[in-house]
Amino acid sequence: MSILEVNHVSIRYMTGDFKEIGLKEFFMRKLTHNYKVVEFWADRDVTFSLEKGDMLGIIGTNGAGKSTLLKVISGIMEPTQGFVCREGSIAALLELGSGFDGDLTVRENTYLRGAMLGYTRKFMDDTYNQIIDFAELQEFQDRPFKQLSSGMKSRLAFSIASLVNPDILILDEVLSVGDGAFRKKSENKMKEIIHGGATTILVSHSIEQVREMCSKILWLHKGRQVAFTDQVEEVCRQYQQFLNGEIPLPVEKS
Amino acid sequence: MFNKLLRHQFLFEELVKRDFKKKYKRTVLGMAWSILSPLLMLLVMRLVFTQFFGRGMEHYTTYLFCGNLVFSYFSESTGQGMTSLMGNAGIFTKVNVPKYLFLFSKNVQTLINFGLTLCVFFVFCVLDGITFTWKFICLLYPICCLVLFNVGVGLILSAMFVFFRDIQYLWSVFTQLLMYMSAIFYTIDSYSYTVQCLFLLNPLYLFIRYFRKIVIEATIPTIWFHLLMLADVIIVFGIGCWMYKKYNTRFLYYV
Repeated sequence: MSILEVNHVSIRYMTGDFKEIGLKEFFMRKLTHNYKVVEFWADRDVTFSLEKGDMLGIIGTNGAGKSTLLKVISGIMEPTQGFVCREGSIAALLELGSGFDGDLTVRENTYLRGAMLGYTRKFMDDTYNQIIDFAELQEFQDRPFKQLSSGMKSRLAFSIASLVNPDILILDEVLSVGDGAFRKKSENKMKEIIHGGATTILVSHSIEQVREMCSKILWLHKGRQVAFTDQVEEVCRQYQQFLNGEIPLPVEKS
Repeated sequence: MFNKLLRHQFLFEELVKRDFKKKYKRTVLGMAWSILSPLLMLLVMRLVFTQFFGRGMEHYTTYLFCGNLVFSYFSESTGQGMTSLMGNAGIFTKVNVPKYLFLFSKNVQTLINFGLTLCVFFVFCVLDGITFTWKFICLLYPICCLVLFNVGVGLILSAMFVFFRDIQYLWSVFTQLLMYMSAIFYTIDSYSYTVQCLFLLNPLYLFIRYFRKIVIEATIPTIWFHLLMLADVIIVFGIGCWMYKKYNTRFLYYV
């Protein structure tokens, strides 16, 4: 029984004219048949499934469709083709630093973010101090959020997010947060969550990290699935060689 | 949908709180502005228009206030609702939350404003020598309709705003036009019967008319009047919901 099943998922982004133009231009171009929509397939025919307790590492160069895939898995986007089956709750920690409101205080932002992640008010009341302690922001609680340094912001974001307790956890480059000391702390915290038994999907540019932590690996290249296997070591080696330009892109053996 | 709302209750409360705090940030009087601004508006209109239209008309202040009350709620609610979805793009592209929450939270805020203004309105009614009857209870009907109507318009506008920012400017012109067509400071008695019927096509006029009937004339409008209002509300709300349903996953591409 797989906890997450991604079945032949393809995602099409629509880009092109429509983003920049206004109403007048839109009608003018419609009338003159000059209206162009460019299709862009961020992911093409990606298929994999995860069992409970699996730890999947997704690797690939920039623009491989990793983040888009995560958005579909977390339900923010719908796949254009194929389907995603999820069992149980899901928490996606994507681009942690964004989505805060600069005018609100740190305290208010903490609650707002907690609410977004699906925590209850009681849970937030109970753990608020713990969050602030972990982020080391005791003196800044009632300051407007915009006065924090960017390091502090991501520390707070991480601290709030690290309390999640989902069945499926999605991490997009969140393991590398803050300065040296905090990074160590956050990595430990992440490992704690992962070892708590959640099925985890990790996107990382650090091959070391993937090699060390993951039990399965998915390699994407320009939206296409190069490999999905539990032979992490082997794929990591190939990927490294590919990055170094030693071998061409391997073709998936299915 | 109600299950969903319950599940996101905490988030919804926090969003409402945030919108409130942001609105009254750096204002000395804070919430008092919600009462003061319609009053000042009323004062201006009263000073200007009594010279032209209000002569010899009984309860002109109340007449004016009815129009103002409904219209300012409408324009505030839709104007702010329009940008609500776009303004929260940073949130809904990162977290999977129902997108209508952002609009609803703005609407709660304007509804509270409306409630405060309504209290002031009743005080003015007393000052203007209006007798309160049991028929005032009927006001709940246009108020409920108006709330849903505003939510519906907000849904439509906020969805369109994501696709075309031009809506912002078009809408402000349109509200201006609507204001002049809603008989806020003049009466329509001097127009021919056909023209008077045309006014019924304007949903806002219906709401204002309902208020005036109850408060000034102490009569309950006909059942057809009720149904006409209801039809307007259902149409607008329906279109709004349909747009959100249709574009729910597509908003993402435009921000």
